[in-house]
Amino acid sequence: MKLKTAIASLAVAGSLAALATPAMARDTISIVGSSPVYPFATVVAERFGRNTDFPTPKLESTGSGGGLKLFCEGVGTVHPDISNASRRMKKSEFDLCQSNCVKDITEIRIGADGIVIAHSKDAEKMDLSLGQIFLALAKEVPNPNGGNELVANPYKTWSEIDPSLPNIEISVMGPPPTSGTRDAFVEIAMEGGCKQFDAIARLEDEDEDRFKSVCHSMREDGPFIEAGENDNLIVQRLARDKDILGIFGYSFLMENSGQIQAVTIDGVEPTPENISAEDYPVARSLFFYVKKAHVGVVPGIEEYVAEFTSEGAWGDNGYLVDVGLIPNPRNERAEIAKRAKTLEPMTGNEL
Amino acid sequence: MNNPTSQAELVRRSLKRRYRKERRFRLYGMIAVAIALLSLLILFADIIQKGHTGFLKTTITLDVELDGELMYLTDPTDRDEMAMADFTAPILAALKAQFPDVEGRAAERELSRLVGTYAASDLRDLLRAEPGLLGTTQTLEFLAHDTVSVYVKHADNPRYTVRLSDQQKQWVDELQARGVIDTSFNDVLFQNGDSREPANAGILGAIVGSMLTMLVTLVLSFPVGVAAAIYLEEFAPRNRLTDFIEVNINNLAAVPSIIFGLLGLAVFIGAFGMPRSVPVVGGLVLALMTVPTIIISSRAAIKSVPPSIREAAEGIGASRMQVVLHHVLPLAMPGMLTGSIIVMAQALGETAPLLLIGMVAFIVDIPDGLFDAATVLPVQIYLWASSAEQGFIELASAGIMVLLTFMISMNALAIWLRKRLERRW
Repeated sequence: MKLKTAIASLAVAGSLAALATPAMARDTISIVGSSPVYPFATVVAERFGRNTDFPTPKLESTGSGGGLKLFCEGVGTVHPDISNASRRMKKSEFDLCQSNCVKDITEIRIGADGIVIAHSKDAEKMDLSLGQIFLALAKEVPNPNGGNELVANPYKTWSEIDPSLPNIEISVMGPPPTSGTRDAFVEIAMEGGCKQFDAIARLEDEDEDRFKSVCHSMREDGPFIEAGENDNLIVQRLARDKDILGIFGYSFLMENSGQIQAVTIDGVEPTPENISAEDYPVARSLFFYVKKAHVGVVPGIEEYVAEFTSEGAWGDNGYLVDVGLIPNPRNERAEIAKRAKTLEPMTGNEL
Repeated sequence: MNNPTSQAELVRRSLKRRYRKERRFRLYGMIAVAIALLSLLILFADIIQKGHTGFLKTTITLDVELDGELMYLTDPTDRDEMAMADFTAPILAALKAQFPDVEGRAAERELSRLVGTYAASDLRDLLRAEPGLLGTTQTLEFLAHDTVSVYVKHADNPRYTVRLSDQQKQWVDELQARGVIDTSFNDVLFQNGDSREPANAGILGAIVGSMLTMLVTLVLSFPVGVAAAIYLEEFAPRNRLTDFIEVNINNLAAVPSIIFGLLGLAVFIGAFGMPRSVPVVGGLVLALMTVPTIIISSRAAIKSVPPSIREAAEGIGASRMQVVLHHVLPLAMPGMLTGSIIVMAQALGETAPLLLIGMVAFIVDIPDGLFDAATVLPVQIYLWASSAEQGFIELASAGIMVLLTFMISMNALAIWLRKRLERRW
């Protein structure tokens, strides 16, 4: 009977597929980690795959924390070779690596990425200070009527925060808590802003947990809108409604410069020069970490690192600048490239 | 009160109200259908309006003189020489032949940015494949740069930002008038894997990945699901244990798909040491997800076979196994297939469980086996939709159209099979 043989052969094929031994050597570099580094690392990976005989590395966007966790799980081809991070490795993560026999790790700082607050080109250009950003977006702010107590954020319009700001409703679209951009925004912009208020700055010494929760809590009563991971959607909204502000990575500003403009922060425009010189306050460093034990086991790791740290890639006129990377200063690049070449391991003391 | 005339009067009066009620009820139904149709129409219109340009590619056709001196190349078979050769130079020379008055490094740089990022490496691959072309002049078609493509396709669309200088725009207008820059069907989309250059990005890798994953899912879940359904329906004794199993199969069918991803991560990758991001693991996870639904739909199909068929077979002395295999199963098969195909279509659109097992990844090379890193269609759409480059906006919508085509054809296949195999009593 035809039906029976068909079913039987399907079942046999199925069990064969399931039983085939998967324990095989890997010849493709496996990279995990931060989504802000993903657009740069993928461009390098693709060029590397095209211009060498090695297969194109496989890149997973798992977030910095998730990536380092996978990276530190152990040595062997089931574990990734490289992890990208939009923040430095934490001491606890380094210790996790060490305890799982991932001894030699090379740290490479690839450059920086700015986080911009932007709005439609039709809107009147705004300038904000970190303090004003905090007052507009925090859950709790110092009482506007004076005193040291914290109250639920009462501000509804920008002009209530400062009369020089426009009299429009506060409405800011930003990334959700799962995003690396959100982490960086909260840690740099919100915390930087909240330190400017004596009532809160005092808390830092007295009650650190309370300080963190005050500085890191975004308001949930409407003016701050969580807009999913898709920054393109934020850009589209901004282009349509000139009273809304949006928070996203610099590359989205660069790519959509015809429709949106950046809000200056403390008078500083987010240009590559200002971000690289650390004049623009809301920027973060981007890193990747290489597992030295895999060099020589998985082919191409050294060559991939060399491609990433070449002037043609991460230099001032390199192709990564075209996709929005803010390069390291030249002398720093030379130094990091030298370390990358020898894959000098971290000691753990620098963290 | 018991007056018969007033009773009839009462009915007559209430009749009007009852008819009105029925008309209202029908109207609600029609409104519901209209809303569903309208939202479907809006969805399709939006996707097609955004995505139809994704099926067009912008090309620049140039007469390129493959001059060895210009490229510092004497022998294309020599690997070292190929690595050092300059493949941008002949392309730039061909562009300059179009605009002889372009002078200076800056202007040349602007001019060379009209062709796609990978034009030079395409030229190198061509020479590597056919070393004999060195020294000849060839008419070659290059993909235009993403920014040129956006300008050509969307110059009037306010959703897009044209990132070309005025000089570059003038060049592009001129080249379009000469027919050098042109748009044609985007065959690259169906030939390539993923790329960070929108012009080079293709969906073939994801299509192959989806097919490999679905193959594993189908091959595992269909036989298991059907066998379990036959056993439970025909052979299993009715007791508390089978009741318990039945309840749990129904529960399993309602478990959110991401849980199966977690299970796959822990069991297949963690305990069995299978590699991440491969179609086998993806297929296994999706098989776990689809088996309960296949069991349920197959049982329903078996139940719908009329008892008279079974009794007639038993009456002429068929064994239980013969009854099932010769009579019940062939009659239940259309229902089983329909159920399975619809579940497969659902599995084709899954991303959540695949996220955890590493199939949400940037993969350029097209997978050629079950153990090659791969991604699937919905994941590819997700990755494109969240990329900054403008060219990916239309590609994401084009990808949705491809995925919808697959879904619709799978559902059409289910309907066709049902129509063809169905028997009525």
